Formats: sequence, C-alpha cells, structure tokens
Amino acid sequence: MINARVTVTLKNGVLDPQGKAIEGALGALGFEGLGHVRQGKVFDLQIDTADKAKAEAEVKAMCEKLLANTVIENYTISLA
Amino acid sequence: MKSAVVQLPGLNRDRDMIAALTKISGNAPVTIWQTETDIPDVDLIVIPGGFSYGDYLRCGAIAARMPVMQAIKAKAEAGVKVLGVCNGFQILVEAGLLPGALMRNASLKFVCKEIKLEVVNANTDFSRAYEQGQIIRCPVAHHDGNYFADAETLKTIEDNGQVVFRYAAGTNPNGSVNDIAGIVNARGNVLGMMPHPENLIEAAHGGSDGRGLFASALDVIAA
Repeated sequence: MINARVTVTLKNGVLDPQGKAIEGALGALGFEGLGHVRQGKVFDLQIDTADKAKAEAEVKAMCEKLLANTVIENYTISLA
Repeated sequence: MKSAVVQLPGLNRDRDMIAALTKISGNAPVTIWQTETDIPDVDLIVIPGGFSYGDYLRCGAIAARMPVMQAIKAKAEAGVKVLGVCNGFQILVEAGLLPGALMRNASLKFVCKEIKLEVVNANTDFSRAYEQGQIIRCPVAHHDGNYFADAETLKTIEDNGQVVFRYAAGTNPNGSVNDIAGIVNARGNVLGMMPHPENLIEAAHGGSDGRGLFASALDVIAA
C-alpha cells in the first residue's frame, strides 16, 4: 500500500479572491508582514501497489484527468 | 428543430430550460440522463444550470467526467449545436469543449440579479437574432462565474470573435476577465454563458430579451 498526497495550488497570475480574503482576515487578527496568501487543496490517496513508479504514474494521471484543472492549477505529488 | 436537455444530479434549471425550449420551438425537448451514451438525433443539446454534484471539487468537474459528456463531445465534433448555461458553461469548460476556466466570483458572494449584456458577435448560430452591439437584459445567479483564461488563450478567443456576450459597462457581476459572459468554440457550434436567457423569455418574466438566443439556436423567427 502506498500513501500519496496531492497538493493542488493556483498558478501564479491567477486571481485568488479567497486567498485575498484570508490574507485580510489574518491582518485583522494582528498578524503583520503578511503577503501573498494563496488557498489550495490537499488530497490523500491510498494506492494498492508496492510499485512506487507505477503509483506515481497513476496519481499523475488522476491529477491530469480530474484532481487539478491544469488551466488554472498546478499540482505536486508526494509518496510515502 | 429538435433539442435535448441534459439531466444530472444537482442540476435544477432543467425545468426552466425545457419550458423555454418548448415555448419557443413549439416542440418539447427530449431529456438525456447522465449515464446515456446514445444521444438521439437532435440539432441542439442544452446543459442547463444548477449545482451538479454539489459543486464538489470544482464546479462542473464531476459532471464533466460522466459518460454523457463523451457522447456530447462526439456530437459537438459532428457539428451539433451545444449550449451550456451557468453550471452548463462550467461543465463545458471542465470537459474541455470550451477554453478557459470559471472561478469563484471576485466578490466571493453569490450574485442573483439582473445585468446587461452586450452582443459583441451577432454572427453566430446563437446570436443572429440580435443586432451587433445590442444591449440586452439578462438574469444571473451564480457563485463561480469569474471567467479566466491565460493571456494567449484570451488573445485567440478575442481575435477569433469567440466572445459572443460581454457584461455591459459597469454590470460585470463576478470579475470576469475582459467582462466575458459567453463564448463559443472555434467552430462556433458550442456556446457557454453564465447568464440565464431561459429566465427572460416572456411577459410573465418581465421581458423577453433572452428569446433571441433560442430563436437563433432553434432557427425560429424571434417573436
């Protein structure tokens, strides 16, 4: 069994109004010197295989086909 | 002209769409369920608005991967007209039938109100009943209608006249780049738009500015 974590973030240059609102709220809480807050998503998956390369290829295909919208989002994969 | 309306769990504007198509064409559309892959012979396929799959993951993302979308893709490639309104537009971009993406409104608020649209290309199968540059009224109701495309894609769709509707000056409700409200694909047979023309087609709605879109797509004389 391989555990995979996929992190999906907005590409640079894509407006993130939610990140901006969070940035404003953190500022309102008194956190200073804060800039460029971006909101993303995390997916944890279990792949039933012992083959790391195969698992990585499979998760990459999942990202391309569904988990990320590559028009606006980047993704990273980490396996454990 | 025959039409069809797609039905998926969570879409809720299908009845409005069926009513509009029936009243304007004189024929009731057939309905297509999400698992169907054998779409009947029709001239226009409509994906209505709503909240398919609860807007999980991204608006329209799950619906765009349902079997019916592969069949719609094949129909679009064969030249059949496809119209996506609101969630239908989101599904079309997620399915790759239209370029760009629809993101959370810049205001972060759900908007439900009437805006004005400028018909910036009246030379499409969906807009020929309007005059070039005509300003029409149209309702909007969405949380994720903020159209985005990278600079290169934007230049392509602008240069090709693929932008059909823009929010008229001062009425952009969601922060869409270039005030884009509705676009067609390069071939011109697939249109996606966030506003709801099906909700402004008769006196009971308080106006009929949306009628021209269906009159164009269904080849009937606008009333």
